[in-house]
Amino acid sequence: MTPRTAAAAPLSAASPAVPPIPADLSRDDLLELYRYLRLTRTLEERLVALYRQSKVIGGLFRSLGQEGESVASAYALERGRHGDLLSPLIRNLGSMLVMGARPVEILRQYMAKADSPSHGRELNVHFGDLELGYLGQISHLGDMIPVMAGIALSFKLRREPRVALVYIGDGGMSTGTCHEGLNFAAVQRVPLVVIGEYNYWAYSTPPERQFAPQRLADRVQGYGIPAVTVDGNDVLVVYEATKRAVERARAGEGVHFVEVVTYRRKGHAEHDDQHYVPAEELERWARDNDPIDRYAAQLVKQGWAQPRQLADLDAAAKAEIDAATDACVNEPLPEPASALPGVYVDPPAAPRHWYRSL
Amino acid sequence: MAEVTYLEALRAGLWEEMERDERVFILGEDVGRYGGAFKVTEGFFDRFGETRVIDTPIAEAAIVGAAAGAAHMGLRPVAEMQFIDFISCAYDMLTNYVATARYRAGLATPVVVRGPCGGYVRGGPFHSQNVEAAFFHTPGLKIVYPATARDAKGLIKSAIRDDDPVLYLEHKWLYRRIKEDLPETEVLTPIGEARLAREGRDLSIVTYGATVWKALEAAEQLASADGLSVEVLDLRTLVPMDDAAIMRTVRKTNKVLIVHEDTRTGGVAGEIAARINEQAFEWLDGPIMRVTAHDVPLPYAPTLEDFVLPQTDDIVKAGRWLARY
Repeated sequence: MTPRTAAAAPLSAASPAVPPIPADLSRDDLLELYRYLRLTRTLEERLVALYRQSKVIGGLFRSLGQEGESVASAYALERGRHGDLLSPLIRNLGSMLVMGARPVEILRQYMAKADSPSHGRELNVHFGDLELGYLGQISHLGDMIPVMAGIALSFKLRREPRVALVYIGDGGMSTGTCHEGLNFAAVQRVPLVVIGEYNYWAYSTPPERQFAPQRLADRVQGYGIPAVTVDGNDVLVVYEATKRAVERARAGEGVHFVEVVTYRRKGHAEHDDQHYVPAEELERWARDNDPIDRYAAQLVKQGWAQPRQLADLDAAAKAEIDAATDACVNEPLPEPASALPGVYVDPPAAPRHWYRSL
Repeated sequence: MAEVTYLEALRAGLWEEMERDERVFILGEDVGRYGGAFKVTEGFFDRFGETRVIDTPIAEAAIVGAAAGAAHMGLRPVAEMQFIDFISCAYDMLTNYVATARYRAGLATPVVVRGPCGGYVRGGPFHSQNVEAAFFHTPGLKIVYPATARDAKGLIKSAIRDDDPVLYLEHKWLYRRIKEDLPETEVLTPIGEARLAREGRDLSIVTYGATVWKALEAAEQLASADGLSVEVLDLRTLVPMDDAAIMRTVRKTNKVLIVHEDTRTGGVAGEIAARINEQAFEWLDGPIMRVTAHDVPLPYAPTLEDFVLPQTDDIVKAGRWLARY
């Protein structure tokens, strides 16, 4: 977290009293949150352009409309070496940027470049950096819950004051591994925070076809896990709820669940035209409940930031993504034979098949 | 006669069985109103309704387990894995429960579990897998893997009518790439029978799935460039395996190249080689050789995926080497 300013300075001598900033955030923090929100959206918009130019090799997954909860929840963690550790899902790009993933890494991953974090082996946001504090997911939903429970278990066993945080969606919570992991974590009382993303769509399937109760929070309370449900598109509310959960987990209070209600405004992936989603529903969420629009309006209305500052951050995000794109778009793909090493430490590489040497 | 794709042929086979037998129903993720991730079940929801085309939670163990229970009671469920890579989540149900049910308890479990397999599509490590070897070892499961549109249709129909559990593996690279004229009359492919995809004298290629087409390309190249006459056997069914057809081609050409897209170690090719060794050793004029994927997880980048997977050129080189042996 950035150093905090001592106190919120008034905008000008003539302005009325500025309301206190919630939680423990400074004005710099508020602007940094905004920067990550804008960076996430700008990066994804750039990826769409690259996808349309066929430079993205595989599918493209958007988090449009969900950037707020991803960024705000990750921002509640202690970042840096030996800090907290999270595991994102496909729509948690923002959380990775908060933890220190660089846009150029995301661009390289999507374009399968040789210098991508996975060296062209894995796609999209499937990569991690344990030093910076994020562990890449696999496609099998729910698998990261027990894995992150194990990471949290290591914190507990070593008496390290660290917290693990993991995301799971309204669809992913239908998997067996998710429930085994939640129960394990609860029984072991490990310092794990679970962000349950209720975004209304699991591919084409609505929540009522995934689970019978109204809320995700209802489902985990049966495991003895304290759970709250919050407005996932209110950045500061998500931050506060996650922060409280993180502090309790760090204090030895075990697993906590924060359900964030948000909305997936794009299809499952870029190829999916969302014909199963009512158009007016999409329009309503875009018009009335965009997390970045809401947050920007809140910052300005409360006098915590000026429009000029936000515009500067918008321009800076665009410049950063432009530079990142220029830096990597023409980079080469991996050398073919680089596919062979690294399955084991020893032997160091899989053998090349006999007919490749004929 | 009408020209249909592999995917359309599969869809038609499913549709006809749903029309023919009201015990048949479909369950899986996004198979209903959405029509499935690859649109295999498009239109089924409107025709057959939500009781026979069931959208499930993301829960493969529950999908397969529920299919097994319904099958015990006389229904004929067809369970879709959205990508076959997710069948691993149902591994316990399939191997411990479904596969053993008849043997240990005399229970009929006529389920079909189907899903898109395979690479060559830049899908990365979790949307490109071939899973046959993971189940090939488990007694009690039949495994079919069509390469043609005709067999896509003929095998899904036979799988649904079979009284034992069948894994129906379909290749997503073939879905819209393969087109074929199919008759309006019933198309049924018997489970357990291989198909001679190309006749030849000098060398046999035994294969299945997408690599049938790569083997046929290679055979063509070997014919024009080297004057070699290459036979291609499309297994179509992996369990039970058509040993007779394999031994027939071995005795005819005396040289065998086994090709599969799956990785090498513990792959189906090893079992085929062992059977040839046991049943036709004296007919061999050369070593049984394999062309397979390299033993690594399947990577995403085109350069890497193309390197790891068997290509037509690999089959040409290996075939030429074996023919000269």
